Amino acid sequence: MRVIAIFKRVLREMIRDKRTLALMFLAPLFILTLMYFLFNTSSDTVAKIGVSRVDTTVVKAIKNKHVKITHYSANATAKEKVREDNLAAFIKQKNGKLTVTYQNSQPSDSALVRQALQGGLTKIKVQALAAATQAQKKALQQQAKVLKTLVAQQQKVAVAQGAKAGATPGQSQQTKLKAPKTYSITSHYLYGSSDSTFFDTFLPILLGFFVFFFVFLISGISLLNERTTGTLTRLLATPIRRGEIITGYLMGYGLFALVQTVITVTFALTVFQIHMIGSVWLILLINFLLALVALSMGIFVSTFANSEFQMMQFIPILVIPQVFFSGLIPVDQMANWLQWIAHIFPLYYGGNALMNVATRGVGFAGIAGELGILILFAVLFTVLNVVGMKRYRRV
Amino acid sequence: MVTNTIDVRGVAKKFGSNPVLKKISLQLPVGQIMGLIGPSGAGKTTLVKAILGMEKVDAGTTTVLGTPMPNRKVMQRIGYMAQSDALYEDLTARENIRFFAELMSVPKQDLADAIAHAAQVVNLNDALDRRVSAYSGGMKRRLSLAIALVQDPELLILDEPTVGIDPELRQQIWAELYQLKSQGKSILVTTHVMDEAEHCDYLMLIREGIALAQGTPAQLEKDYDVATIEQVFLKAGRLQDESHRNL
Repeated sequence: MRVIAIFKRVLREMIRDKRTLALMFLAPLFILTLMYFLFNTSSDTVAKIGVSRVDTTVVKAIKNKHVKITHYSANATAKEKVREDNLAAFIKQKNGKLTVTYQNSQPSDSALVRQALQGGLTKIKVQALAAATQAQKKALQQQAKVLKTLVAQQQKVAVAQGAKAGATPGQSQQTKLKAPKTYSITSHYLYGSSDSTFFDTFLPILLGFFVFFFVFLISGISLLNERTTGTLTRLLATPIRRGEIITGYLMGYGLFALVQTVITVTFALTVFQIHMIGSVWLILLINFLLALVALSMGIFVSTFANSEFQMMQFIPILVIPQVFFSGLIPVDQMANWLQWIAHIFPLYYGGNALMNVATRGVGFAGIAGELGILILFAVLFTVLNVVGMKRYRRV
Repeated sequence: MVTNTIDVRGVAKKFGSNPVLKKISLQLPVGQIMGLIGPSGAGKTTLVKAILGMEKVDAGTTTVLGTPMPNRKVMQRIGYMAQSDALYEDLTARENIRFFAELMSVPKQDLADAIAHAAQVVNLNDALDRRVSAYSGGMKRRLSLAIALVQDPELLILDEPTVGIDPELRQQIWAELYQLKSQGKSILVTTHVMDEAEHCDYLMLIREGIALAQGTPAQLEKDYDVATIEQVFLKAGRLQDESHRNL
């Protein structure tokens, strides 16, 4: 089998090249570690909160520039509204009990809501305290007045020998004073748990990106070398089919991409104890498809490069923009035309699928659309490659 | 019965507006060695690639082993040695030969023998397990030739096979080519070394994309009334330049 011959050769060459191997397998771990420490803090975005039957004092107190509050009817269910309207959290009140349901797919948003809520309740307590002191002051003044009149009366009584003991009119006023209302909070998390961090959500996307980036670069340069050293021409002077060359490459680099993903995922799960809700197998599948897209795209792009340096020049044009649309920056908060652009990048679909599986536990059916599009990308570029190789041999 | 291993008729090729081959015809009978001689840039490599079906031609036809080119299956019966060494530097020589043998569908049980035989022809047995990156230029050339020989092809197309090879080994290689010829194989060799031309049964002089002269070495020397092929070439070139001026 000629495909196997190509496959074995790709593996052998790769294994001989220790530095490239190290780059592919260790660089992602290095970057992950760095990001783990860098991204365990949150940034300032606006989190959407839904409220239902919550006291206006509480709503007013929670409000700050980091949250946007929407009111819902009394019979709205938290889970539904969070999903439908993509709320960061939903708050419901029953007497003094606040029930908060966090979406938690963006832990930074959850953090914002928590802060707002805590800040708001503290504010209420302080206000109540202030009100209480004021009331007390008033009551004290009143009592003093009462005392004064009492003293005057007593004096009068003493003078007029009255037996009417003081009926203490101030007492009724004192009972009117309200006790400050206290609120208790119960929290629920739709996805993940209270200790999900930014890193947890980044990780699956990062995994996809690493696979994409390294496979793109290494396979592209590898085929470029094959062209510049003349071995591609030499290969095509054998009865091999053009498709067999591409398939052999897909298999060889696909295997490395798979190993890379396994290493990175295992590292993240064991060392950083990342919360991954969905199936690890789905994560591997998505990454493998991403690798195939990167591979076919890298090979395709390499036909437009005449040297390794020119191959590197495609990174800012084709790889970096994909990072922006991979879901690291929420795409649905972008301008409309940017959202359209996002749809032309494979990593947008890969990132979406990875995020859905890892942080929301979506199953195969839920990401089938994205997987399908990734396969389409891979097929498209593979066909382009096979056709493009006609330049070297007409059959 | 195929009488001509290679049959090229009226092949023309332009790179942009620059003509590289101008209506070239060439016939290589079975069991003969044909030399394609010309200075660098004459169009030898382009002609070779056109014969292999790897270069799209603007006009004319090429037939190899009775099959019109391009044809993928016929490739298996052709041993090709490219002008530049196309080798995988990270692999050993054995792995290189083996890889191409596998692509040429050499049966698994014959692989070891085929590799050993090909390596022996070019005298590389002792260095087979060294990486190609440690090879000298001459060794790489020999390895390329070994790869061309590995599937025991009916037709050998060798593009400048003896560049960078010392005279002693060159003798050896020519001896092997004669040996192959005696087994009924046909060989097309390009070279710009004139004294190698004497080894060939037929010669074709090519210059600026035009076939200047064709024939056996002795016949050409007689036709041009000179003593060596080198002089034939010089004289033919002069005549070509003169006819240009007359135009």
